[in-house]
Amino acid sequence: MERVPIVKIGQTLFVSIQIDLQDESVLRLQEDLADELSKTGAHGVIIDITAVEIVDSFIGRMLTMIGSISRLFDAETVIVGMRPAVAITLTELGLSLRGVRTALNADKGLEMLNGRT
Amino acid sequence: MDVDSTQGRMAAYMRDHQEKVVGRWSELVAAGVRGRISAVEVRREIEDLYSLVIRSMSGADEQAYGELRAALAELSRSRARNGFSPTETALGVFALKDVVYELVADADDLVPEFLGFSRMIDDLGLHTFETYAAAREEIIAGQAMTMMELSTPVVRLWEGIIAVPLVGTLDSARTQLVMEKLLDTLVATGADHAVLDITGVPTVDTEVAQHLLKTVNAARLLGADCTICGIRPQVAHTIVSLGIEFGDIATKATLADALAHALKRAGLKVGPA
Amino acid sequence: MDELPIQSGDDVVRVRQRVRVLAAESGLSLVDQTKVVTAASELARNALVHGGGGLARVEVVRSGNGKSGVKIGFSDEGPGIPDLDLALTDGWTTGDGMGLGLSGARRLVDEFELTSKVGGGTSVVVVKWSR
Repeated sequence: MERVPIVKIGQTLFVSIQIDLQDESVLRLQEDLADELSKTGAHGVIIDITAVEIVDSFIGRMLTMIGSISRLFDAETVIVGMRPAVAITLTELGLSLRGVRTALNADKGLEMLNGRT
Repeated sequence: MDVDSTQGRMAAYMRDHQEKVVGRWSELVAAGVRGRISAVEVRREIEDLYSLVIRSMSGADEQAYGELRAALAELSRSRARNGFSPTETALGVFALKDVVYELVADADDLVPEFLGFSRMIDDLGLHTFETYAAAREEIIAGQAMTMMELSTPVVRLWEGIIAVPLVGTLDSARTQLVMEKLLDTLVATGADHAVLDITGVPTVDTEVAQHLLKTVNAARLLGADCTICGIRPQVAHTIVSLGIEFGDIATKATLADALAHALKRAGLKVGPA
Repeated sequence: MDELPIQSGDDVVRVRQRVRVLAAESGLSLVDQTKVVTAASELARNALVHGGGGLARVEVVRSGNGKSGVKIGFSDEGPGIPDLDLALTDGWTTGDGMGLGLSGARRLVDEFELTSKVGGGTSVVVVKWSR
């Protein structure tokens, strides 16, 4: 099973999701993030899905759950780099990803997180 | 269409006189295309068609008639692409009747078979007409698509602010196109604000409103804020009476208002120099 | 036609990958490819989670007017769906359950056929055509 690496830069945790995630990897990521947030007290989480080609309702739910988990640790989550085709499909599916913010890329995601003081 | 075996005799007759008939038919068709296709190519087309015609008439080869129709359909489409009128193509097919008539004019015993042959050629001529119409429809559909693309521009109003002036009805096909262009432009320009100008949208009913909401949702997933502007008074009334809610999406009367709003959100101010 | 078993999360990924390949072969645009692969992912998961595992059949098809498309059939021998209308109800929620999976998947494809019998399994056949 592939483990998604979590990188800490300043007060933010960066997660970059590459290719097709197995279900167990997604669940593992949630656990690892909870660990890191608790350990580091980071204020923000950026999840980069630039390389993700498919987001179905399962992945969508996982992303919203990550948002909820982060909020428990008083951290905000921003999903960045969503592909146009994925955004259009999610919209058609009726998934609005409540509870997570979105930004065009990691830079804007950071601006968003820092602006919230 | 059933070709009865009594055409076998005529088929044999036509096969015996192949050179003469093909030559004469090619002449007539070449005269009709008036140089737009080379004589050599016309001859080759005619030879291929002629052998298919004879095979169909002998009745022995079941698939021959189907192949003949397919070959003529392809010919008709090719002619259509090259700007020939359907009449020109059909006349080329009908010309075979004249040639064969010349051939069998004195053979009384072949007259009944000629009638069957004539009907077959009529059917084939009409077939080229129908194929032509279908090919034209495809071309028109393609042009409609191009027009739709051209009438969906995405313009850059300011650094980080883009606008989509929508003109005409916003149906689902159009909405897909708008979403694709809008999102691609967001990625390309890194804009954080999009203005959807619906001044040119004649009616806003629940379906159109849903399409607008979808577009806004999609843009938001890419981190862009949206403003809808161009709500005309009549449209405003319809929206309210239909109970359509735009929720937290800002709506403004004019593009100018929407631009001011977007600039404010971007922390910019426009003032005298 | 390819037959792919759906018995694990890895199988769902394999179904996605196969559908993606055939969707590209059928000449579908990038957005349409994404839609049909996402629909396939939804339906494969349903077969796995609610149907106790099943089978996917994927193939390229041609329409009467020469268009290509990709056709996917999902079948399972699970408990079946008691209320088809309810299962197909639209919802803009991020809620759990079959409601979102089926109605959402239907919006992503051009043709959608659902048959199910309580205690007799479920079958869903979808087609997405190139434009």
